[in-house]
Amino acid sequence: MDQIILEAKAVSKYFHDPVTVQVLTDINFSINRGDFVSVIGKSGCGKSTLLYILSTMDTDYAGDILIDGESMRNKKEADLARVRNEKIGFVFQFHYLLNEFSVLKNVMLPGLKLEKYSEKEVEHRAYEKLKILGIESEALKKPNQVSGGQKQRVAIARALINDPLIIMGDEPTGNLDKKNSEIVFDIFKELADVYNQSLLIVTHDNEFALRTDRIIEMEDGRIL
Amino acid sequence: MLARLKQTIVAAVGVTFSITMFVTLLSFMSGLNDLLDGLIINRTAHIRLYNEIKPSDLQPVNLSETYKTYHNFVSSVKPKKERLQIYNNGAIMDFLRTDKRISGIAPKITTQVFYNVGAIDLTGVINGIDVEAENRLFLFQDYVTEGNYIDLKNTPNSIILGKGLAEKMLADIGDIIQVTTAKGERMQLKVVGYFQSGLQDIDNAQSYASINTTQKLLGESGTYITDIQIKLKDITLAPDIAKEYQKLFDLEAIDIQTANSQFETGSSVRTLISYSVGITLLIVAGFGIYNILNMMIYEKMDSIAILKATGFSGRDVNRIFIGIALTIGVLGGILGLILGFGLSVAIDQIPFNTAALPTIKTYPINYNPRFYVIGAVFSIVTTYFAGFFPSRKASKIDPVIIIRGK
Repeated sequence: MDQIILEAKAVSKYFHDPVTVQVLTDINFSINRGDFVSVIGKSGCGKSTLLYILSTMDTDYAGDILIDGESMRNKKEADLARVRNEKIGFVFQFHYLLNEFSVLKNVMLPGLKLEKYSEKEVEHRAYEKLKILGIESEALKKPNQVSGGQKQRVAIARALINDPLIIMGDEPTGNLDKKNSEIVFDIFKELADVYNQSLLIVTHDNEFALRTDRIIEMEDGRIL
Repeated sequence: MLARLKQTIVAAVGVTFSITMFVTLLSFMSGLNDLLDGLIINRTAHIRLYNEIKPSDLQPVNLSETYKTYHNFVSSVKPKKERLQIYNNGAIMDFLRTDKRISGIAPKITTQVFYNVGAIDLTGVINGIDVEAENRLFLFQDYVTEGNYIDLKNTPNSIILGKGLAEKMLADIGDIIQVTTAKGERMQLKVVGYFQSGLQDIDNAQSYASINTTQKLLGESGTYITDIQIKLKDITLAPDIAKEYQKLFDLEAIDIQTANSQFETGSSVRTLISYSVGITLLIVAGFGIYNILNMMIYEKMDSIAILKATGFSGRDVNRIFIGIALTIGVLGGILGLILGFGLSVAIDQIPFNTAALPTIKTYPINYNPRFYVIGAVFSIVTTYFAGFFPSRKASKIDPVIIIRGK
């Protein structure tokens, strides 16, 4: 069970505009399968930046990222897109659902892109994910017809559709009230415990972080 | 992306409109061009062989060995007396009939005459023609608006008058008119019809008679011919063949391109104008699409970012937007072609009666499939490029900036 799925090796990052500022300094850590990890720290300490580097969306950094033992350095944009599609699920502070499509279709989109399963199977899997999250009854509605908490759950279902190695969350409860935050946390917990899903959640909600398996605390671009 | 249906429809209507106008404009323009060219080309020989009275290019003094190095300043050289007749024309025509590039020949006599109207003489020209050959090659009967053209052959001493000329002379069909040749010969001719070419100058001065009648009028023998009109299978060869015959028969030979260069220029300029207007319309429509897609990308920035975050590459995003642009182009284009065809048909029904053009009853339209192909290709090409730049921009969107910006 102690298989390393994500590893950061001496990751450093600079912002060059308007003056060169080092935002991350020599970050080293790894995440095992099934870990439920939270990253906390004050605003501006670089935790979101770290997340975007880990998620391969930001490629302008020094050091190396290994996902599933594979180096992410020197990969092409299209290959990185494929890695994100297959191995990483995202949950953001804002849900970013596409209002043109139904909830179900939103969940299916990354699955259709992966083309590992037929459309029928993707649809079936999407229904299952929605069922895990308790919102299968909303499947055919448009995203703007469901509540904020439900939208966030749809976003989680979308993150799950390709059975990713890891789910990354950037303040996934930041926009939610207490009750909905609770629901989302319980879902994460359930995913980690029952489905052995790895999670890496950036948050500044200390209460949320305290209940995770492991806390990475950051300050001024370093891990404490 | 479907949410912007309204804008998409507006863009497609832009393409439809421009393609419609493009097709209609070109069909109409080239219909008119064909009509005007037809006025000349159908009625004019592709190559005309004739004798011209002009001073000899080489004067005796030029030929003289002795004065070769001298400067010749004799400038008042006059043409020597020679006849307009084409010598040995029977043999020439026999030879021409064997030339595979030629679709037909028609002999002709052109002569100056005076039409006697009471005390007044009107100057004019009588064209002596081989009625059947003339009709076969130059659609003579289309211009004979009253009377039957073949009567010219069947009735001895008959004439078909230009419409304007007949009006001046108050000559009805069946009347006898009198003409005087330049040499003073007088002859009475029976009017069997009127012709109307659409060119006032011709209608007011010219008339047609059969070759035999004209020979009789001039008091010449049955071999007297002043012109040989040649119609080619491929009109573009005319200048070359004309040069060839000029040398071969030692005659003047003028090709249709040289004789009517102003028509050629007019046609090509008209075509150029209609093409440029059509293409401008399409480019404007292209800019419309470009704008709409650009707006769409700004509005859909979030969606594009999340698509990229969940594993769609830049190429996929690119494809989506190009797809939208091409859908607009193809749908708008097809609709435009259909409407353009419809509008052309509608214009084709509008009556267009003009005294100058007796054979035309409605506005001319050329249903050349080439215009439709050009329209279709161009609509797709412009919309592709209109979609290309916005979609490249979309594909380069960095998801991090947008997601972080929230």
